[in-house]
Amino acid sequence: MGILEVKDVGKRFGGLQALSDVNLSVKENTVHAIIGPNGAGKSTLLNCLVGKLIPDTGSVMFDGQSVLGRKPYEINQMGISRVFQTPEIFADLSVMENMMIPCFAKRDGSFRMHAIENMHNEKDIVEKAEAMLEDMNMADKKEMHAASMSRGDKRRLEIGMCLAQEPRLLLLDEPTAGMARADTNNTIDLLKQIADERDITIAIIEHDMHVVFSLANRITVLAQGTPLVEDDPENIRGNPKVREAYLGETA
Amino acid sequence: MDAIILQILNGLDKGSAYALIALGLTLIFGTLGVVNFAHGALFMIGAFCAVTLSKILSISFETIDPTQQDFLGNPLVVKTPYVHAWFGPEFGASLIDWAVPLSILFSIPIMIGIGFIMERGLIKHFYKREHADQILVTFGLAIVLQELVKYFFGANPIPTGAPDALTGAFDFGVFLGFDANTVIYPYWRLVYFFFSALVIGGVFAFLQFTTFGMVVRAGMADRETVGLLGINIDRRFTIMFGIAAAVAGLAGVMYAPINSPNYHMGMDFLVLSFVVVVVGGMGSLPGAVAAGFLLGVLESFASMNEVKSLLPGIDQIIIYLVAIIILLTRPRGLMGRKGVMEE
Amino acid sequence: MLGMNKKDTALMIVVAILALGAPILLNPFPTESAMAQFNAGYPDLMQRFAIFGIFAIGFNILFGLTGYLSFGHAAFLGVGSYSVVWMYKLLDYNVIWGLPLAIATAGIFALLIGFISLRRSGIYFSILTLAFAQMSFNLAYSVLTPITNGETGLQVYTEDPQVLLGANEANAPHLFGLVMNQSSKLSMGGWEFTFNNGYYFCAVILMLMFYLAIRIFRSPFGMMLRAIKSNNTRMAYTGLNPRPYALAAFVISGMYAGLAGGLMAAMDPLAGAERMQWTASGEVVLMTILGGTGTLIGPVLGAGFIKYFENIFSKINDNILHGWFSFLPDGLEDFVVFIIHPFIGKGWHLTLGILFMLVVIFLPGGLVEGGQRIKKLITSKKDDDSNTAKTEPAE
Repeated sequence: MGILEVKDVGKRFGGLQALSDVNLSVKENTVHAIIGPNGAGKSTLLNCLVGKLIPDTGSVMFDGQSVLGRKPYEINQMGISRVFQTPEIFADLSVMENMMIPCFAKRDGSFRMHAIENMHNEKDIVEKAEAMLEDMNMADKKEMHAASMSRGDKRRLEIGMCLAQEPRLLLLDEPTAGMARADTNNTIDLLKQIADERDITIAIIEHDMHVVFSLANRITVLAQGTPLVEDDPENIRGNPKVREAYLGETA
Repeated sequence: MDAIILQILNGLDKGSAYALIALGLTLIFGTLGVVNFAHGALFMIGAFCAVTLSKILSISFETIDPTQQDFLGNPLVVKTPYVHAWFGPEFGASLIDWAVPLSILFSIPIMIGIGFIMERGLIKHFYKREHADQILVTFGLAIVLQELVKYFFGANPIPTGAPDALTGAFDFGVFLGFDANTVIYPYWRLVYFFFSALVIGGVFAFLQFTTFGMVVRAGMADRETVGLLGINIDRRFTIMFGIAAAVAGLAGVMYAPINSPNYHMGMDFLVLSFVVVVVGGMGSLPGAVAAGFLLGVLESFASMNEVKSLLPGIDQIIIYLVAIIILLTRPRGLMGRKGVMEE
Repeated sequence: MLGMNKKDTALMIVVAILALGAPILLNPFPTESAMAQFNAGYPDLMQRFAIFGIFAIGFNILFGLTGYLSFGHAAFLGVGSYSVVWMYKLLDYNVIWGLPLAIATAGIFALLIGFISLRRSGIYFSILTLAFAQMSFNLAYSVLTPITNGETGLQVYTEDPQVLLGANEANAPHLFGLVMNQSSKLSMGGWEFTFNNGYYFCAVILMLMFYLAIRIFRSPFGMMLRAIKSNNTRMAYTGLNPRPYALAAFVISGMYAGLAGGLMAAMDPLAGAERMQWTASGEVVLMTILGGTGTLIGPVLGAGFIKYFENIFSKINDNILHGWFSFLPDGLEDFVVFIIHPFIGKGWHLTLGILFMLVVIFLPGGLVEGGQRIKKLITSKKDDDSNTAKTEPAE
């Protein structure tokens, strides 16, 4: 039994069957990559997991509980955090504030009215946020305006914000898309470190095979909205079906 | 039955005005993505085009007629409009009489010009800014335009008559087989309605059957792709802004005889027209027209005594109430497209 | 101090000095001098500064922090005024009954309107609030006449119950006997200063409300509101529900507006529906933007600025202009007066509209940003000077 169980999920947009019979089981404390050519339904599947879309059929269970019909913030509070393709951070706020918000969300839940006390007097939150910035190697950027950071820093901040919530499952949507090689390698190292050091499960959607084979210890190949194979990285590499799916795209 | 027909008719002229203003608003929004709070001011300027032309036409020179005397026994001063002297008294008089319809010709170039200046001079710089900024800057512009008109024309409404031939009323009831004098409808309002239908039809035909319109429609649906095809969409959109301004102006010109123009008529119509646009669906042209007539007619039904005695005050709030209900149940309005102004 | 950092404490002290010293600070010119027309130390004008300051501070908590642009806040202003006048009519002229009621009713109205309007965002939210405010305005004028007294406006009549009215009680709004429209005057040389009870009452409340705003801005709640404005998607994917946060901000700002409306009625025991018209909502938007959206001091500055220039510009007429420009040759003098004429007196709104456009176009951060730019200009010049001073010896 995995931490995330996707059973028979189907989703149709008008005439297009975006997903059909998707079965997927993500085991606890693994890095599970979902790969596939463009238009294979990777993003649709991800959106079904976080509550942005509701599948037409099937079920999505997280830790034994259904996520279907719940709002994104409720699913997040269950322990699923999401990193976006283009970093979604609070661009108008300082880096420190960016980091404090998930700490508050973890401690106080989805809404709490504490409008009078000064936020910097919340010692536990401040300490936690500072420690997390330290982990992300951005303690020196604490007072910076988040919008003025480099793309690589924004990505790291976003990952740090997700980790500050101590999620059990971290979803990453093409985390290195549009990055220079050096930034990509830094991100791979960071994710490796996270996977090794923390008690966390990672599911990653990725296009870049270098990233996938550096990180994943389980891979699902998605083609035309349905899983083709699910196997260990070594076996995926030589699988003719996978080659066909990818070559078919490039040919 | 006759009462209901009367209410529908009464709602049509206001509905026409709403539809015309809302059409321009939604056109500007759909093409340029700008929320234009100064659109009501364009309607008002249109109405004052009519006022100006009728004033210009009646500019007179004075002559002293020695054959006649006024009540003090002095020789009578006779005012003769220049147009009488130039075109002969008969043609001159009918020119003055038909000042409002004539203003249509006079106002189109003016309104298109104002539209161009507004778009190139101000709105252009706000494409990339937030909607709140667009609202605020056009709101400021609306205040400025309104105060300028107030400065030049005064704060009081200026009665501007329809041509004599069209001032009477039409007994619509007899036409439909009811008793005489049950459904009386002023000719001018009928003219207004048909005029609006003509303008609306014109705009739709223009967008439907010309290449220019086709590009504009494609641009409304997917601006980026059209831009990628190497078509200069911005210039066409500027022209559309001019056309939207002209539509609002024409609505104002012809409205002058129905309600004497005053400087704040633009603001009064603006709020309601915005509600109309939202009810119709932001960026939907047919939606704007349908919602304009729908709300105009609903408003006129709500002001029937029978309805008012049942639901006191309903005539005051019906439009807002409908807008709230529609916004909550159909967030995209009656005919809105997906993804417009949704965060 | 009082849970504020140094910078905020300094700001609070500045506001307190300005508020308490206003009757002196705003009357810098001797009564007999030609410049006396620029004085602003009159009770009713100062009251307006304070009341609209409160209104704008509250509006800024919603618009400045969350970015939700409400065009319907005037409705809460009107509700506050009606509440206070009703308490005059039923109980007595002591404002202590009316003001809490004004805040409470405005809060309830805001809760209802906000709950519905906040189901939509962006322009749709603006239109919904506008629709609700116009509905309230139209109803106040028509069917609700038994409550609002329609076009005449609500006021106190001698046959009203006023059950708590004592034998010696003042026949005007007061706070436990401190009558609002009473003033004491102080003459010093050519100057005359008016210390008005009503003004000081408003000023003290303004200070309290400003302090409360500082605390809200610096609280976790305030940070969440800024997070809504910055990125709603990240907010939801961080496990936070934006709607109750925005609703709380809406209700708080509605209560500020209700208090401001109540204070209007506390200064002048009248309440009219025109206070609820959407142009009044537009005015508070204007004040907030002009001063500096999202800043603490901005809305207070904006409110003061607009109310001051409204007063000054409306008073200036052609004769005064001719007086100013009499040093010019006759033809030029007439020409200058002719050019300025549309902008003064009744033309104040034209000036306001132009000013508003200029601010939105060139200075989106308002007066506060303008001040910061000037400060930067000065300090950077100083830096340049010191740099050249340092490099010179090296050469």
